[in-house]
Amino acid sequence: MKTNGAAGAAMHGTLEAVLARATRAGAAAADAVMVESTAFAAGVRLGEIEKLTDARERRLGLRVFSGASVAIAATADLSPSGLERFAEDTVALARVTAPDPLAGLPDRSALATDAPDLDLFDPAATAPNPDQALAQARAAESAALAVDARLSNSEGAEFSQDASTIAYASTLGFAGSYRRSSFHLGVEPVATHEGGMQRDFWYTRSRHLAHLEDPVAIGQHAAARTLRRLGARRVKTQEAPVVFESTVAVSLLGHLAGAVTGQSLYRGTSFLLGRLGDTIASPLMTVVDDGRLPRGHGSRPFDAEGLPTRRTIVLERGVLASYLLDTYSAKRLSLASTGNAARPIGDSPSASPTNFYLEAGAHSPEAIIASIDRGLLVTELIGFGVNPVTGDYSRGAAGLWIEHGEIVHPVEEITIAGNLLDMFRDIEMVGNDLDFRGSMAAPTIKIRHMTIAGA
Amino acid sequence: MADRVQPEEFFRDRYGVSTGALERVLGSALARHADDGDLYFEFRTSEALSLEEGQVKKANKDVSQGVGVRVVAGEKTGFAYTDDVTLTTLEEAARTAGHIATGSGTDQAVAVRSSRPTRDLYTLAASPLDTPLIDKIAVLEAVDAAARAADPRIKNVFASIAMEHKLVMIVTADGRLVTDVQPLARLNVTCIAEDANGRQQGTYGGGGRQPFSFLLDVDRHLRFAREAARQAVLNLEAVDAPAGEMTCVLGSGWPGILLHEAIGHGLEGDFNRKGTSAFANLLGQRVASELCTVIDDGTIANRRGSLNVDDEGTPTSRTVLIEKGILRGYLQDRLNARLMGVAPTGNGRRESYASSPMPRMTNTFMMAGDSAPEDIIRSVDRGLYAVSFGGGQVDITSGKFVFSASEAYLIENGQVTRPVKGATLIGNGPDVLTRISMVGHDLELDEGIGTCGKNGQSVPVGVGLPTIRIDGLTVGGTRA
Repeated sequence: MKTNGAAGAAMHGTLEAVLARATRAGAAAADAVMVESTAFAAGVRLGEIEKLTDARERRLGLRVFSGASVAIAATADLSPSGLERFAEDTVALARVTAPDPLAGLPDRSALATDAPDLDLFDPAATAPNPDQALAQARAAESAALAVDARLSNSEGAEFSQDASTIAYASTLGFAGSYRRSSFHLGVEPVATHEGGMQRDFWYTRSRHLAHLEDPVAIGQHAAARTLRRLGARRVKTQEAPVVFESTVAVSLLGHLAGAVTGQSLYRGTSFLLGRLGDTIASPLMTVVDDGRLPRGHGSRPFDAEGLPTRRTIVLERGVLASYLLDTYSAKRLSLASTGNAARPIGDSPSASPTNFYLEAGAHSPEAIIASIDRGLLVTELIGFGVNPVTGDYSRGAAGLWIEHGEIVHPVEEITIAGNLLDMFRDIEMVGNDLDFRGSMAAPTIKIRHMTIAGA
Repeated sequence: MADRVQPEEFFRDRYGVSTGALERVLGSALARHADDGDLYFEFRTSEALSLEEGQVKKANKDVSQGVGVRVVAGEKTGFAYTDDVTLTTLEEAARTAGHIATGSGTDQAVAVRSSRPTRDLYTLAASPLDTPLIDKIAVLEAVDAAARAADPRIKNVFASIAMEHKLVMIVTADGRLVTDVQPLARLNVTCIAEDANGRQQGTYGGGGRQPFSFLLDVDRHLRFAREAARQAVLNLEAVDAPAGEMTCVLGSGWPGILLHEAIGHGLEGDFNRKGTSAFANLLGQRVASELCTVIDDGTIANRRGSLNVDDEGTPTSRTVLIEKGILRGYLQDRLNARLMGVAPTGNGRRESYASSPMPRMTNTFMMAGDSAPEDIIRSVDRGLYAVSFGGGQVDITSGKFVFSASEAYLIENGQVTRPVKGATLIGNGPDVLTRISMVGHDLELDEGIGTCGKNGQSVPVGVGLPTIRIDGLTVGGTRA
């Protein structure tokens, strides 16, 4: 595998040294990951600078196998003596854990041999331009506040960027690294009218500075989202069709992702346990995990165990076609890894989605709303009322009430409830508005009915 | 590492930063006539052991260290942090952070002097990390056995022990050097129960700024195991929760998360200074029934949410938020207190050196009332009795908050009857407490499991509540 420049080479030197020390201390096998990152953020509020942040971090995570036992450790102390002790301590830690015959590095034959350039890095991310960042944040906020006199306050606007180099190496001889960057501009205006106050936000995010959307458009959209919430009230408790705007439909994909990742399956904490090959959702649902989307927010050339990333169809017209697996969970389930290992620096690898999205459908969001005689368009969800074991779902919601195909007034202080399996089955329409703003994306969707609790 | 380590010497030895060096760095950070600022050094060691399928197959250790340099001018904050702590990186961070202030001038002369924390809430004879791993593994195995023995329907048990030992050294703009040693221990148990009708989970846990032995006192670990098992099995029998507005009785202890979400966040100084909280400008006004007195107290010994000093070096305190229904105070850090012309309350907290402080809660609870908990339940014809909760969330600006019940029952004709499935409860912060019509005499603090998130920063917190009756709260079940 090739490395990316001098930074990558130096990091690989450190990784090799720590792997060698772990081996000398008695590890049968080991792998290590290192991340070096810089970050910059500039915030404004009501036109004035509120905050400037500048950061650099460098951390290393090590996993060692002693016999069939495993231990994981992380450190920010990268001095040679610090690393020596760190490697020895980690090996000692592995001596006390119970052996697990399925634990181990992946098969050598499964390792990535290519390193596609996924266009994840913009060098501008390492050279912050505070004046330009502040100008973008100011432009977004002032555009938002200029829309309407009721937009009298603001939680501010922030421009941020970060750049990191990720290096991974194992005692199998794998060594790879890649760089990635991210730019973000977001604004959160506050509107007041007749004693009520509302906030909402909008943002743009990209791997390349030039791909950020126009700050004025971001500000104006944030303003429109905030204004439409003014005057919100409760509706009566009832059953009704519920439309999830694309921004909140993404959260349903998050619950699906949680239920198809290997660890929740072998632990028995998934409501999709034992359902591989079954029809678990509406035929309108095709969900894809694609680790190699160019410039994708969840893209990576190889996973956290050195396996190639790939495109996996998780739901194919409603049929559960694949789980998302890392090496260990795959062995537990007698399946093969799907190259979805991810790894916080201080933890062992586990399966995680990459770019995870619901394929677009045929309908415009307007046509979906027009199809509803009486129902709810959800624009925000709060709380954690989802039971991953049963799929039972109950969350706080805010949105817009629909009557005779038209939006009639904003709604708040209500909950929507159901069960995720019923909700996935009851998806009647899927929008054509798929839009990637993060590693997960979904178009607007319509669910035939849910329980709305209110007044 | 022994708990009796002196953080000041530790940081000086480890990073080679003398008092003179600290004075120079601070002086350069504040050169442009800043109003405030600080250096926050942190060295955190943590350890986690987790058990599943009856075995501890996983052990983690983590050492994180770093320094955050902050400069405040007016409403503006300049902040720089690094985990590579040397005099050079410190000086660079000070210059970067100092750019926020726009005055011109030369380096300020700041005399740094050590000042002892005025409180001593959690000095331990030994760090929770000092207990041998083998002893911790034995505890997790005992937890597994107790949970499985509690009911044959328990099919799997996940248990984890997380220990943390944090050294901090804060140098404030006025030259005070404050240090603290902050231990944290926690045991968590999740059980999966299964029968012919399906699978369910139950979770329980607790801890605090306590030694490892705390987890074993009066078989606390076994009690946690049985509670998690009981909840999982109970949920197998739960029926669909009702939907709509109804009278709710909340049990004592952890249901205090109501206070955290409904009013606590809304009373944090930053949102009130900016006027973006639903509670802005309500000081002195009625926001709760006269039965309600709500306190935030960071000074309770060994609690998870307690601190000797906050993360800006201010001693923590006991703040009356609501007194007999009247809003009395906000939670303040230094920046918001200065801008609002009040004293800081010792609530400036940060997740780590890599984040800047904000006003945050510590331990938030309601004072006990006069009612017997049985009488409170007996007073309800039809309603919900909720005794355990998962997480919650609030929209500060609209005031709408949610929290999700994980163990709840129907009340029918004054009797607790069937268990119902988890449901989210939703309400409006500024008026939910006005509907409290009974407050029990059974105030309890939670077991020590709370973690609060705000702007991406997590900090340990506590809550507490006596049994209370709320006349009308929307329950988000499926049975309309």
